Amino acid sequence: MAGLMSGFGHYTHAVVRGIPASLAKEALRSCQAEVDLAEARREHEEYVEVLGTRLGLEVVELPADESLPDCVFVEDAAVVCGDTALITRPGAESRRRETETMKSALKELNLNIVEMTDEKATLDGGDVLFTGREFFVGLSKRTNQRGAEILADAFKDYAVSTVPVLEGLHLKSFCSMGGPGLIVIGSSEPAQKALKIMQQMSDHRYDKLTVPDDLAANCIYMNLPNKGHVLLHPTAEQYPESAKEDCRGNHAGCSGLMLKSLGF
Amino acid sequence: MTTAPIGPMEECVAVETDEEREERNSATDVMKAMNRNALIEDLNRNFVAMAITKSHFNWKKKRPNINLCCLNLSFPQKRAKGQFLFFKVCEHLNLMEKDYFGLFYMDNHAQTCWLDPTKDIKRQIRNNNWQFVFNVKFYPPDPSLLTEDITRYLLCLQLREDVASGRLPCSFVTHALLGSYTLQAEFGDHEPDQPRTLGLGQLTFAPNQNKDMEEKILELHKSLRGMTPAQADAQFLENAKKLSMYGVDLHHAKDSEGVDIMLGVCANGLLVYKDRLRINRFAWPKILKISYKRNNFYIKIRPGETEQFESTVGFKLQNHRCAKRLWKVCVENHSFFSPTKARFLTLGSKFRYSGRTQAQTRTASSLIDRPAPNFQRTSSKRISRSLDGGNTHTHAEVAPMRVHGDNIYVRHSNLMLEDHDKTQDDVLKHQASISQLKRSFMEAPPPSPPQPNQWEKRLTSSPATTILEIEETVVVQEVSIAPKPGRVAVTAGPPAGPPAQQEALEQEVTVGQEVVAAEEAKAAKQESVSSESESEEEAEYHPNVSICHTKIPEEEEEEEEEQADKTAGAPPLVDEVSAAVEESAPADARDEKNTEGEHQAEKDGSGEPAHAAAPNGPRVPEGSASGAEQDQEPKVNGEARPVEAEHRPQVICCSEPPVVKTEMVTISDTFAAQKTEIATKEVPIVHTETKTITYEAAQLDGNGDSEPGVLMTAQTITSESLCTTTTTHITKTLKGGLSETRIEKRIVITGDCDIDHDQALAQAIKEAKEQHPDMSVTRVVVHKETELAEEED
Repeated sequence: MAGLMSGFGHYTHAVVRGIPASLAKEALRSCQAEVDLAEARREHEEYVEVLGTRLGLEVVELPADESLPDCVFVEDAAVVCGDTALITRPGAESRRRETETMKSALKELNLNIVEMTDEKATLDGGDVLFTGREFFVGLSKRTNQRGAEILADAFKDYAVSTVPVLEGLHLKSFCSMGGPGLIVIGSSEPAQKALKIMQQMSDHRYDKLTVPDDLAANCIYMNLPNKGHVLLHPTAEQYPESAKEDCRGNHAGCSGLMLKSLGF
Repeated sequence: MTTAPIGPMEECVAVETDEEREERNSATDVMKAMNRNALIEDLNRNFVAMAITKSHFNWKKKRPNINLCCLNLSFPQKRAKGQFLFFKVCEHLNLMEKDYFGLFYMDNHAQTCWLDPTKDIKRQIRNNNWQFVFNVKFYPPDPSLLTEDITRYLLCLQLREDVASGRLPCSFVTHALLGSYTLQAEFGDHEPDQPRTLGLGQLTFAPNQNKDMEEKILELHKSLRGMTPAQADAQFLENAKKLSMYGVDLHHAKDSEGVDIMLGVCANGLLVYKDRLRINRFAWPKILKISYKRNNFYIKIRPGETEQFESTVGFKLQNHRCAKRLWKVCVENHSFFSPTKARFLTLGSKFRYSGRTQAQTRTASSLIDRPAPNFQRTSSKRISRSLDGGNTHTHAEVAPMRVHGDNIYVRHSNLMLEDHDKTQDDVLKHQASISQLKRSFMEAPPPSPPQPNQWEKRLTSSPATTILEIEETVVVQEVSIAPKPGRVAVTAGPPAGPPAQQEALEQEVTVGQEVVAAEEAKAAKQESVSSESESEEEAEYHPNVSICHTKIPEEEEEEEEEQADKTAGAPPLVDEVSAAVEESAPADARDEKNTEGEHQAEKDGSGEPAHAAAPNGPRVPEGSASGAEQDQEPKVNGEARPVEAEHRPQVICCSEPPVVKTEMVTISDTFAAQKTEIATKEVPIVHTETKTITYEAAQLDGNGDSEPGVLMTAQTITSESLCTTTTTHITKTLKGGLSETRIEKRIVITGDCDIDHDQALAQAIKEAKEQHPDMSVTRVVVHKETELAEEED
């Protein structure tokens, strides 16, 4: 990386985790739609395939854990930026143990591990938006001030601003980075409001790409060594409902770069 | 007086807020360091100013001796201004791009204060502790735009200290990288035969430095082979400038709910932090007014797209002094970093930022025409050779000598001269290798546990703090009626009535009037000037963002005094009206304490008629000078300063016009503020188109310039309506027995529609004449500034 704070750096690794059968019935959910487990697994496979084969990332696949129904959503378990991986303390109690496997996996990638031990802190990676220049942390049902403070301590080079997430689960439920300096944002009111706050709080200027549906704003931007800028986004057909179970993964850019994730 | 060398760069920490400082050790350390260094005593007005200590490291073990150079100056005149000293120091340092720097000293409250260049040094330093520290005052957002390497080098020295002390927090990796650049810059290429340890342990690169870090630094250092010192400095700065706290000056405060927060002043605006998280941000262009009153600090925010009204956000500082200090820092930063060349119409207040803006500085720098100066870095080659432990720095020897007479001598310890032929290209060339270096570095992640304490450390001393002691603050907005022996008393008339000053002018009176109408396209309404007046005891600063006029209606005098509270009246509505009328009688008594005068003024003042915003007919005395020459203004004031009213018991200062509208200040919850959609776009740069028409009467203009005369009084009135702001500045000057009143009126019209210049001009003249029939109009300037459409969003 060409500077300590060189934005996104290069993505080299992706961390994903299998879907446990318990996902269908026990996973935390904001809406009660039926989950087609087989379909979800198929999509996940496709996702992993894209990451590994098409994008050439080294994919670290963690095994599913039936006792952790939400474990597929790896982005919540850790935040990786530069050489440092912050192991979070997920807001949902049932998900706390998800971090254990994640931690050892990241350790193996030689990342500098920082753990969130404060019992008052909660942080879901889904609330953490890294723009390449700074962090925005959504204060949501899953993430609190203390969690954000610990994140700020872990990544001292960057400004860490808090953004209230009044609706929806996570900050990244309605936005994500679409490229350097580009925020993809949903068009709902809470989403637009959050965007304004982010713009106000930032010393940098961001372009925005507004998409009709909040969920469609859920993308993964990657800067790949050989492929340049890549944006992984829900497909049109995939989108409406199915996308819900689909893209949740986490990839860690390990040789010193960002680990971004998506999720909702 | 005591003369003392200034502490070394490392010790030159500008401390943040007052009180916290007191508790903080570091503050004490600064003091101690200063005292330790107070080696020179010179009762003969010789004093020593320690220029920047050229040491970049915290030499852990030899701290006290870091002073490398002392500048011994004899004081040419009793009343030397801060500028004199500052320039001497810059000269000594061979620094031309001086505007980013300043000298600070510790005041009686153990707070660091910036030495005001426009004021007498003697007046600022009250405790006989003549020790100054050369420090960066405005951190350039992009150091690569600095013209000279020597400037970058000095900035590096400051940042190395900021980083090592923890004031500028950064990650392990960043610490290591910055450290490696420092090594390269100071010691040159890594020499394989050098002992591995290099004595690095003696250098402080980070607050939590450990072996791992030193190893990393060395490892990185190796990869910088071939990089010249200037290139290393440039790289150092490129990385440092991206740090989120770069150049942020933190102040402790509480929000409306009493929650502890931190206010950070920086090039872009005002940042609000809570436990090291940024919870709000107000870009300078968003801020319409900055003011303080007692220990409250307020900013008025431009309404967002969807909002109709401006909002005022208030914060509580620990005490009055802290609030004032924060206010000053904001005014200075706003002024310096203002994108447009701000023409400050500093009315009334003694305090103003008198220096150049960054834009001006850059322009000036681009004109620097000299070969890159050679300068000496602290560590010489020699040092680097003996690095392995010896650390035989000459530091110790620096005992300054005493000098008699008018000579200036500079003493250096062994400094090394370095060559200066690196070019930007060279620097670029290095980038590639550097990135590679970093990459390899990344493979072996070092441990860097978060260190919550760092944050606090920053607070301890923030270089950006600006505190000026304004001893001679003139009470702005007061009307003093001082029937002078032989002189006529000045009466201030209510808005309607012509300012009473006229009466005072029995003798030849030259009246100058200046009307400046600046129109700006933006706000929607175009209203008549309202006559609401606002007078406050506290100071205000209105950056007219779009236009960049600054009005500082008023300022309080001493920090020590407990001021009576003044009433602040500000229409809650869109524009604020502030009126400040200042007037003074001829002052015979020079020695009076302003403070006293002020106090008195305030007390008596209430009775005063409100000149209040005679919306239309503000006048400004010559002395107060037209806004254009802000640089000179301070001087004028400075002179006026001594004057103050004491002899004349009759001086009545009215801090509040009869009709005072009390401002409703909403202290809004920051978090709440955050929720509201405040401006969507902070356009730091406002593109404007300007047009200026000046009308000047041939006549008696000269007077103003010829002889300064004695400024007897100065008053400022500001009134605002929805889209018009009228500022009136009235100055009375006594020149050779004649008193002269000059009224300067500035009208700022903010509106969407196009305003007819000619008409505005005619109207201004007409009104002026009507209001002050017995005065003559000498100058009218119509300045139009149109904000070009902002793109986006």
